[in-house]
Amino acid sequence: MDNITQRPVGASAVPAAINNLQKTRRQASKRWAWPKLRELWEYRELLYFFAWRDIKVRYRQTVMGALWAIIQPIFTMVIFSLFFGRLAKIPSDGLPYPVFSFAALVPWTFFTNALAQASNSLVTSANMIKKTYFPRLALPIATVLAGVIDFILAFVVLLGIMLYYGLVPTINAIWLPFFLLLALVTSLGVGLWLSVMNVQFRDVHYTIPFLTQAWLFVTPIAYPSSMLPEPWRTVYGLNPMAGVVEGFRWALLGSGTAPGPMIIVSSAVALIILISGAFYFRRMEQSFADVL
Amino acid sequence: MSHIAIEVAGLSKKYHIGSLQKNHYRLTDQLVDMIAAPFRRAGNLLRGHASGAADLDETIWALKDVSFQVNSGEVVGIIGRNGAGKSTLLKIMSGISDPTWGYADIYGRVGSLLEVGTGFHPELTGRENIFLNGAILGMKKAETERKLDEIVAFAEIDKFLDTPVKHYSSGMYVRLAFSVAAHLEPEILLVDEVLAVGDLAFQRKCLGKMDDVAQGGRTVLFVSHNMGLLQALCKRGIFLQHGTVFTDGTITEAVDAYLQTLEQARSQDLSKRTDRKGQGQVRLVRVDVTNSSDGELSILKTGNPARFVFWVNGFVPGIACNFFIYDSIGQPVTSFMSRVRGPGDAYNPNDGSKFICELDELLLLPGRYRIDVAIVGDNSLQDFIEAATVFEVGDGHVAGRPVRPDGKFSVSMSHRWTLPTKN
Repeated sequence: MDNITQRPVGASAVPAAINNLQKTRRQASKRWAWPKLRELWEYRELLYFFAWRDIKVRYRQTVMGALWAIIQPIFTMVIFSLFFGRLAKIPSDGLPYPVFSFAALVPWTFFTNALAQASNSLVTSANMIKKTYFPRLALPIATVLAGVIDFILAFVVLLGIMLYYGLVPTINAIWLPFFLLLALVTSLGVGLWLSVMNVQFRDVHYTIPFLTQAWLFVTPIAYPSSMLPEPWRTVYGLNPMAGVVEGFRWALLGSGTAPGPMIIVSSAVALIILISGAFYFRRMEQSFADVL
Repeated sequence: MSHIAIEVAGLSKKYHIGSLQKNHYRLTDQLVDMIAAPFRRAGNLLRGHASGAADLDETIWALKDVSFQVNSGEVVGIIGRNGAGKSTLLKIMSGISDPTWGYADIYGRVGSLLEVGTGFHPELTGRENIFLNGAILGMKKAETERKLDEIVAFAEIDKFLDTPVKHYSSGMYVRLAFSVAAHLEPEILLVDEVLAVGDLAFQRKCLGKMDDVAQGGRTVLFVSHNMGLLQALCKRGIFLQHGTVFTDGTITEAVDAYLQTLEQARSQDLSKRTDRKGQGQVRLVRVDVTNSSDGELSILKTGNPARFVFWVNGFVPGIACNFFIYDSIGQPVTSFMSRVRGPGDAYNPNDGSKFICELDELLLLPGRYRIDVAIVGDNSLQDFIEAATVFEVGDGHVAGRPVRPDGKFSVSMSHRWTLPTKN
């Protein structure tokens, strides 16, 4: 379904007016093709409207409203501080444990929410997909982008907690946007894979709680990655969220590793997941309307 | 000046039905299948199948080798029975699903309205939904803003613009949805049977709008079961039958061909018909139309009693039978709903398999009529069959007054006159 601008065809008498109209050919897609990024760009306002709709609708008819965006990580932080910080006495790179864990929970909560929302994005819009045409990529991307608002709210709370403990962001904080981007790329990459798989296998929906729970423990949230000796710490970077979390702590609190081998590994893995996810999405998207 | 707007060539679409689709939703099944597939494929190769493809599941061709051309400014009615491929055709042209073979070339922007309000979010207000829906249809925000007043005025929802659409009536939903799609100013407008929901006045307005669209040199493809509407709106008709083009000509030719095949379908055993819709927990298996309770005489006469019996093969909670009578040119005449109760209704304690509808006085004019039947129950449509049967009404009397066939009208009513005399 490539958009080909119509050119006059030799002998056949094609009226001039036809030249102004864009010709679209609907035919069977190739099995592997480039993701339709240009079309997505043309529909960028749709992306904005989907994200805006998600934000608007997410906390409708809830008592706490947008407070949910911060209650979730704060609550986890309190539990972690009590059990891992106080009872288990897990080291926290010399930082107060609540700050240590909350700095990780802010990007982590963004990631888990993005996964949950993105993986369901196609299935919950099944009716729309079956009855209207628009770039399907817009759905998972918009849900991930909508999560950025929650992230910002939680981030403000994080700054407040830091102030309470008398901690000031270091100059490394200029790297924060990069780590947010890394979190976005990771969430979107995994989200794309899961959203497409969810169309065919509804099992995905039930797997996500387990997946995120297991992922939580292989990510240095409750403990510092400095507990691992060096060659292993770089290997640890194969989990892109490990890179995001460590990078976050380093940029904000000056703890953990400076962007080094671990971050490079994490970034590479995140990019591979995103690109492969986009191709997988492109491969499957023409069947969405038939399978959903 | 007109030019080609749509060119469809050899368009075919295959759907997998049966075994494969049932397994689709469980990863374990799919994994087993994936592990088994190479062996099965090898087995097929050994048995001499050329490709070795594990093509063991059942498939149907929703469209098969469909070709036609539409010029700009044409309004084309797409006719066909349930499952003939009408909706699949529109879905492929709007890009929702891909064809298996062939292609459809579309010149210009496509606006499609295949179902009402699919892009609407119930929690958002009318205004918010206009922008959202506009964006889904490919409109820029500035464009929607410019047309907002027009859209709102056309949909007649100005008072409710800032009310969440979950509080809208179904009529308001349709009006808003149609209004947004119609104001997209597409070169090609694809409309599936959605207008049926709106009230008559709005239907007229929509038809007027579609006419405007066509007058402006743009193209409209319109799917409907309402032959009267189609004949009023379209000059050309394409009649699809079993996924292929059966008739492509003037709308009258297409409608005639369609009505003829409906009559042929009637002679087929109902239980063998596949052109039906609904959940299928209960199916209609037989329809009898007689003029008395002994079931012997099947010649109906205007003004005489009539008896319609609908046999079903099961029972679900809240089961009800609706049937609709159409005249020989496909114009709707009247409808009967068993759910709407009257004091004379009764339950049959001995028989759970049939609905009986009795008329003391059949007020249809002499002529041929067909019945579409819907069986509903368990909160959904269970079965829907077009032209479940066709019956003939002969000359008769209404309230003692002779009634003759009339080319135009379909109903007679019992009445009396008081006449002036010369005194």
